[in-house]
Amino acid sequence: MPDRDPSFKAVFRRHDVQIAVIVAVMVVLFSAISPSFLSASNGVSLLETYSVMAIMASGLLVVLISGGIDISFAAIAAVSQYLTATILVRSGGNWFVAFGLAAGFGALLGIVNALLIYYLRALAVIVTISTMTFYFAILMFVTEGKSIYNLPDWFTADLSLFGTPFPVVVAGIVLLLTVFFLSRLSIGRQIYGLGGNPEAAKRVGCNLLGLQCFVYGYSGFTAGIAGLVQAHRVEEVVPNALIGRELDVLAAVVLGGASLLGGIGTVSGTILGIVLLAILQNGLTLMGVSSYSFGFVTGLIILISVSATAYAAKRQQRRHVRHAN
Amino acid sequence: MPTEASTSTAPTSPTRPSLIDWLVRDPTVTMLGGLIVLAVIFFSAMAPSRFLSLDTPRAMAFQMPELGILALAMMVPLMSGGLNLAIIATANLSALVMAAIITKMIGPTSPPQALFGVIAFALTAGLVTSLIIGLITGAIVAFLGVHPILVTLGTMTAVKGIAVYATNGGVIGGFPPPILFLGNGTLAGVPVPMIFFVLCAVLVAVIMSHAPFGVAVRMIGSNEKATRYSGVATDWMVVGVYILSSLLCWVAAIVMMARFNSARAGYAESYLLITILAAVLGGIDPNGGFGKVLGLFMSLILLQIISTGFTLVGFSPHLTEAIWGATMILAIAIALVRDRWITHLWLRKTSK
Amino acid sequence: MASPCEGGRDADGAIMNPKSNHPEPPGQQIAPAFIEMRGISKRFGGVRALSDVSFSIQAAEIHCLAGENGCGKSTLIKILSGVYAPDEGQIVLEGKPHSHLTPAASQRFGVQIIYQDLSLFPNLSVAENIAFGHQVQTPLRFADYKAMRKQAQAVMERLKISLPLGALVGTLPIARRQLVAICRALAGEQARLVVMDEPTASLTHQEVDALLATIHELKRQGIATVFVSHRLDEVMTIAERVTVLRDGRNLGTYWVRDIDRRRLGELITGHVFENALKPPFTGKEHPVLEVRGLSCEGQYDGVNLQLRPGEIVGLIGRLGSGRTEFALSLFGMNPPDRGEIRVNGKPVHLRSNREAIRQKIAYVSEDRLSLGLVMPQTIADNTVISVLDRLRGPIGLIDGTLRAQTIERWIFQELRVKTNTADRPVQQLSGGNQQRVVLAKWLATDPRVLILDSPTVGVDIGAKAGIFQIVDALAARGLAILLISDEVEEVLYQSHRILVMRSGRIVGTYDPQHVSEQELRETIYA
Repeated sequence: MPDRDPSFKAVFRRHDVQIAVIVAVMVVLFSAISPSFLSASNGVSLLETYSVMAIMASGLLVVLISGGIDISFAAIAAVSQYLTATILVRSGGNWFVAFGLAAGFGALLGIVNALLIYYLRALAVIVTISTMTFYFAILMFVTEGKSIYNLPDWFTADLSLFGTPFPVVVAGIVLLLTVFFLSRLSIGRQIYGLGGNPEAAKRVGCNLLGLQCFVYGYSGFTAGIAGLVQAHRVEEVVPNALIGRELDVLAAVVLGGASLLGGIGTVSGTILGIVLLAILQNGLTLMGVSSYSFGFVTGLIILISVSATAYAAKRQQRRHVRHAN
Repeated sequence: MPTEASTSTAPTSPTRPSLIDWLVRDPTVTMLGGLIVLAVIFFSAMAPSRFLSLDTPRAMAFQMPELGILALAMMVPLMSGGLNLAIIATANLSALVMAAIITKMIGPTSPPQALFGVIAFALTAGLVTSLIIGLITGAIVAFLGVHPILVTLGTMTAVKGIAVYATNGGVIGGFPPPILFLGNGTLAGVPVPMIFFVLCAVLVAVIMSHAPFGVAVRMIGSNEKATRYSGVATDWMVVGVYILSSLLCWVAAIVMMARFNSARAGYAESYLLITILAAVLGGIDPNGGFGKVLGLFMSLILLQIISTGFTLVGFSPHLTEAIWGATMILAIAIALVRDRWITHLWLRKTSK
Repeated sequence: MASPCEGGRDADGAIMNPKSNHPEPPGQQIAPAFIEMRGISKRFGGVRALSDVSFSIQAAEIHCLAGENGCGKSTLIKILSGVYAPDEGQIVLEGKPHSHLTPAASQRFGVQIIYQDLSLFPNLSVAENIAFGHQVQTPLRFADYKAMRKQAQAVMERLKISLPLGALVGTLPIARRQLVAICRALAGEQARLVVMDEPTASLTHQEVDALLATIHELKRQGIATVFVSHRLDEVMTIAERVTVLRDGRNLGTYWVRDIDRRRLGELITGHVFENALKPPFTGKEHPVLEVRGLSCEGQYDGVNLQLRPGEIVGLIGRLGSGRTEFALSLFGMNPPDRGEIRVNGKPVHLRSNREAIRQKIAYVSEDRLSLGLVMPQTIADNTVISVLDRLRGPIGLIDGTLRAQTIERWIFQELRVKTNTADRPVQQLSGGNQQRVVLAKWLATDPRVLILDSPTVGVDIGAKAGIFQIVDALAARGLAILLISDEVEEVLYQSHRILVMRSGRIVGTYDPQHVSEQELRETIYA
């Protein structure tokens, strides 16, 4: 783990721990209300359902840490998903080819984002909204909204590793990969640095273009993989299945403690954010609450969470000012 | 402008207006004007008989206002340095509230007097719904200091959630003629939705340039702290921003409801990002503080021309959207090149 | 050892060295200079930032590059660090001349720049920040935390300072962050020169002492320090030699121990003060502002103050003495815990700055760039921002004529801001003109009390006198003025009465006619 000062107070105040506590509370609550909540099969099925989201969230997390934002990852996922599936259907292949293609297409599209942001000196949110619009519109135009049903058998066959479904394994690998380079490789520290103080990063000599390409490329890379896993799960490729999920993923990452301003965020927090949302929705389902209420509850949780964080920060700031003199 | 050289007070309006001054004065309008002319020429060449008819502006005038009013609703928070991701959700919920009241309280056998009473009640209810959403959003942004993207992400999800829950995702439709008139009728040849849009545009333009509120919002967009130190009640101004934005969502809701003859929780969702696109294309600075309604108006016209033109030529609406995305990138690139060129010209001019 | 050729001496006893046109400090040997900048000129567009400036740095010395904002010192440093290339002149590194440098070449020679904002990563630990240069070289290498900690530890030991390696830099107070920045400058490459920009700007007295100790340690290790400053105190306390720049020209290099403090101040600021103390204040009107026993925990305690119309009271104290917090309390932005404020005899509770403005109190903030003006917006909008409500027409919209009249009166007639039009962004104006816009804004609110917090910071010399003339004119018109500053001369020559604040208390009240600068300084820094 990166260099941190392990005083108890610091640990307790950390966002991840707070979320973990909330999750624990929710688990206790829901298992009390509904006995089938705390079952292995429920847990596994939940993991499987949210694995696609976890993969996309990894990429978005890295972008947020670097101080940017990416709204186009769902569109990138859709495009690379479709391209990969088309090639697999036409020319066959295997899982290595599939992953290579999907991740490759995704990374390429992501790097386009990076180049536009860097050379046009434009806000990431504007650029990625534009590329999202463009990628998705072109996809819908070319495919005319038609899905791909005839995926190869090896692709749609149920796979599992020691009882863990394939999507969960992939998600686990992606998460581990993200943790690895964020905390163990120097490029990860540079990404944190870039998010913490972009001006300083430039002055110290960081290769800004390289970092941007890496960060947005990684977001595209994970989006491509996520699209592939999604196609495997539902056994078809639907062009507009992933669209509209951008803000859900952003919500999960932010709930997990990542800051929109950059420099702050962890994989563990993101996992917790997704877990929080997953348990919430699952618990509500098991309680028999209509699935139509999910949106409202999720939105409410987001509002409460960000308000509480901001309020706590304000109070601490006021205390800081008073004693700084 | 290079900061080192700003210690000199270079005059901005010499006796003979030069190219630089003209470009600098309103580069966005100039550029958009040019693009509009190009687009008109392009589509006239592609499909002269269909494009160059009176139907074209008429069709545009019916289609543009929905997006237009929503774009205004996005513009106001952008000027304050924020963003309102919940505009579509607010409009939809507002529309559903109004639709529900109208359809529940008006049947085929209702007397005409009741009609107007109910409509008035429904409109008020829709207004109140929007106002409440705006108030909550503004309060959290202003008093708790939460980033607007996050707050409006939350309200968007929550509001859509309420709408979906209350309707089970279904549609409420079938409105009486007065409502339909609002969406499809004309007054003195001008489509009613267009009248709404123009009124809203004029209102926002006047507020942003001539009302104390508007001036304050622009200053807040550029530097909230300094504006606060100058004695402006910035907290309340920010609340006002989101209330105004939501109010415009209410008007958009009326237009949408009337045009589609129905209301649903998920309508027009693709518009959200297009409104941001239209605003930025129209010269609204996404960092806040700058932008004119005229620019937004022109960018909407441009986008609409592209959309209508492509439809007439037989292009898929998807291709239109792709072009919109590409146009945004192109506009940013043009703006960058233009700014570099202006700086270069200015440096050369002052070195003499 | 060669002795300097004796040319003439200039008025301060600095020896004119015929080799260069610039006065050299007496008794200085002409050893090959470590770094020498010869005849440097630089223009930006139509502005001459530097004109034929020569400047030399000796190895392991502590040298200050002094001058007001806009004098060209930042440009000179940027040329040294390779960010800019000079139009004319040479940079001579240990005898080897270069027409210009690149950042890489400058760093290779050992020049390390510490910018005023320190350029640290608040979200990374101390060790990571110090060792960050290491990371940049190979992005795909493993982040070796042990090696980082070792490197950071080694640097800290070299400088005899101790910092918590694992603490996030953002949680450290500014003095410690500065030490982190210095450590980082020394990590990795062989640093031979450390350049600091306004290093004591936010430090308390003890922290300045600690910084000085570190700089001396650098000297002991053979590392030169050049710091850029416009504060006399900083220069006199820290530097061995000082080079003064003004309007892009070098006015000379002096030994700090030899130069007269007042003379140095005049060189830097350019004869602003005519040695004319103000005649004692004789106004007999009732005080417009009275403060009794005002206290705010952790900031200031038991402050009493009286301001009469036409009076200028100077409040002086170090940063951290509580003076800005006290001023903000008078302006309604920092509600006090105890005590009373009376305006025109009536007690008031100022809960917001809007109430303060209504009570005719105005506050010109020290930080013009981020608090005083909204830089990208127009002069016009900045002028009327505080009086928008008073400009309303019948339907609540701003009355264009009233607005134009307000701007015409305050910008063009009263304060005579140098500009053709009020519709340009205020950031295009010079510092002095910007400050006039700030004053225009506040005067438009028709105040009775004007609080000026360090009003001439970042204002070039020519404009300072103008600002003080305006202040005098305002007092003559009946405004009560509280002038807050940390420049002793400013307060001495500009006020009718001087209050010294230290650690939150008023520790002395002085009559400018009967107190010396030395006494004041002693009281401030005791």
